[in-house]
Amino acid sequence: MLSYLIRRILLVLPVAFGVSVICFLLVQIAPGDPLTAIMAIDATAEEQAAMRAAYGLDKPLPIQYAIWIGNLVQGDMGKSIATGRPVAAEVFGAVKNSLLLAVSAAVIAFPIGIFLGFLAGYFRDTWIDRAVTALSITGVSVPNYWLGIVLVIIFSVNLSWLPSMGAGPGGSQSWAWDWAHIRHLVLPAVTLAVVPIGIVSRTVRALAGDILSQDFVDALYAKGMSRADVLRHVARNAAATALSVMGLQLGYLLGGSILIETVFNWPGSGFLLSNAIFQRDLPLLQGTILILALFFVAMNLIVDVVQAAIDPRIQRT
Amino acid sequence: MTKLLEMKNLNVRFKGKRTVHAINDVSLSMDQGETLALLGESGSGKSVTLKTLLGLLPPKRSQIDGSIHVNGVDIMSLRGRALQRYRGGEVSMVFQEPALALDPVYTIGHQIAESVMRHKGVDKANAMSTALDMLDRVRIPSANRRLHNYPHELSGGMRQRVMIALALACRPRLLLADEPTTALDATVQIQILLLLRELQKEFGMGVIFVTHDIGVAVEISERVAVMYAGQIIEEGTTHEIIRDARHPYTQGLLAANLHDVARGERLSAIPGAPPALEARPDSCPFAPRCPVAMPECRADLPPMLAPGDRRRVACLRAAQPIAAE
Repeated sequence: MLSYLIRRILLVLPVAFGVSVICFLLVQIAPGDPLTAIMAIDATAEEQAAMRAAYGLDKPLPIQYAIWIGNLVQGDMGKSIATGRPVAAEVFGAVKNSLLLAVSAAVIAFPIGIFLGFLAGYFRDTWIDRAVTALSITGVSVPNYWLGIVLVIIFSVNLSWLPSMGAGPGGSQSWAWDWAHIRHLVLPAVTLAVVPIGIVSRTVRALAGDILSQDFVDALYAKGMSRADVLRHVARNAAATALSVMGLQLGYLLGGSILIETVFNWPGSGFLLSNAIFQRDLPLLQGTILILALFFVAMNLIVDVVQAAIDPRIQRT
Repeated sequence: MTKLLEMKNLNVRFKGKRTVHAINDVSLSMDQGETLALLGESGSGKSVTLKTLLGLLPPKRSQIDGSIHVNGVDIMSLRGRALQRYRGGEVSMVFQEPALALDPVYTIGHQIAESVMRHKGVDKANAMSTALDMLDRVRIPSANRRLHNYPHELSGGMRQRVMIALALACRPRLLLADEPTTALDATVQIQILLLLRELQKEFGMGVIFVTHDIGVAVEISERVAVMYAGQIIEEGTTHEIIRDARHPYTQGLLAANLHDVARGERLSAIPGAPPALEARPDSCPFAPRCPVAMPECRADLPPMLAPGDRRRVACLRAAQPIAAE
């Protein structure tokens, strides 16, 4: 197991390198000059050149990449062009908020998805199965930003139960587990949870249905196991695949919540990313994409390792 | 002494998009410690009979009539705890495909111990030592190490040995073996057959051995019941069936065997296929394939004749002597 772990972690290095190259190049390919946004319109050619030199933008691309990556490993991700603040601080603050939102959505979505999926798989081809299927397909198909707006209209505008935007009285920088903050989390987290509920319940339904139709389920009943025992066996069989789907979903929740964060003005990475795009804030854009991508890589690593740990059929040596 | 098994007029019908009359009026009885081979083609109702015996048929889609008593207990009325005690305790089953019948994510030791814990009420450590003892008894080499293996780490023959150990761990009075050698290599098949025969003597339990291979049936059992289209069409001791088969279908099965066939000669086979059973047979189901069918055979169900003690045959022709081929 340990050698598998080490080998799997070493495999991450080339992937991380590839990710960093793509992050760097993507931003270079994008049209537009990042400096036009912050420079005076009547800046002279000399002033422009000086500014370019100050940000290192006059050097050839490989050199720029080497400088960027060199600083990166020292924890320096450069300064935001728009605000002048260190990118690292901006990104980590935002990622922390996004993670809070993503984990909350996952905490709502995964148990509900697993429960519904199991129910549908167990009662396959009954009205329960059809109801769950209809629900999960609706959940996956409804655009979640639209759902977010509808929820805001119902719960914030009409009923005035929950706030519609922001992360609470502490703003983007401080979070506390009290009602004043949590009530801001409810609507975005619920909205974000709808898609993974659908995906997880579809996955678990397919897994449970498939496993329940296997011979060993009959064999378990034949040796006198109770229904609860059998369901325990089914859960253990489904766990590896279900966990990997959920791990990837958590990755999507973190990186894919741009629209939801925009709808609810949630100060997370998606919000930061959309601002960085509109302001052509190159270092901030690179930093945010890189951190989100690396998080995804890390999620994959964790999923693989957990899967190998709980499923004996996966080669561990 | 109480009969080990007393099955009377069992009928099983599957409902769904189309109805299937899987078992039609099957009666069977077995003495303690008796070995019975249930012989028939695919779809003749052998496996359904076994599943009915363990109450494993899906209750919503199957309609079961008739009565089954095992050691005097009416098993159709068993529910909940009592049913769980009966399954695996009184009667247990060896499945056709050991690779599919074992849970892939639990060790084999755990899977045997789980059953022992349930039926004997012992703790995990005791159950594991029973599991170890059982692996020894089914002649698995270095059983101590194998106990912690997962099913996929064993060969097919080893897996079937594990399945047998699992089925016998709680000392059942009746063992159901559903084509336990079909999925195995020929050499391994013989080993498993011999093992089952030895264990049957050692433990003294009754065995119902389902097979489509008449050679296997002869090898393992004292009695043979031949099934066709969800009915038992002939029953007798193994000796009687081989020497004096009365039903044309049984004769056909015997003739289709490889023994005594000259090289290059065409193997004899029974032409046609078994009926689809969408309706309950109201005439002899074998008549369309039968070489000696008479008009009367297509008119009504043949009577069940009893040419001897515990000897049965459902054929009009069996009443009159049949010309040897």
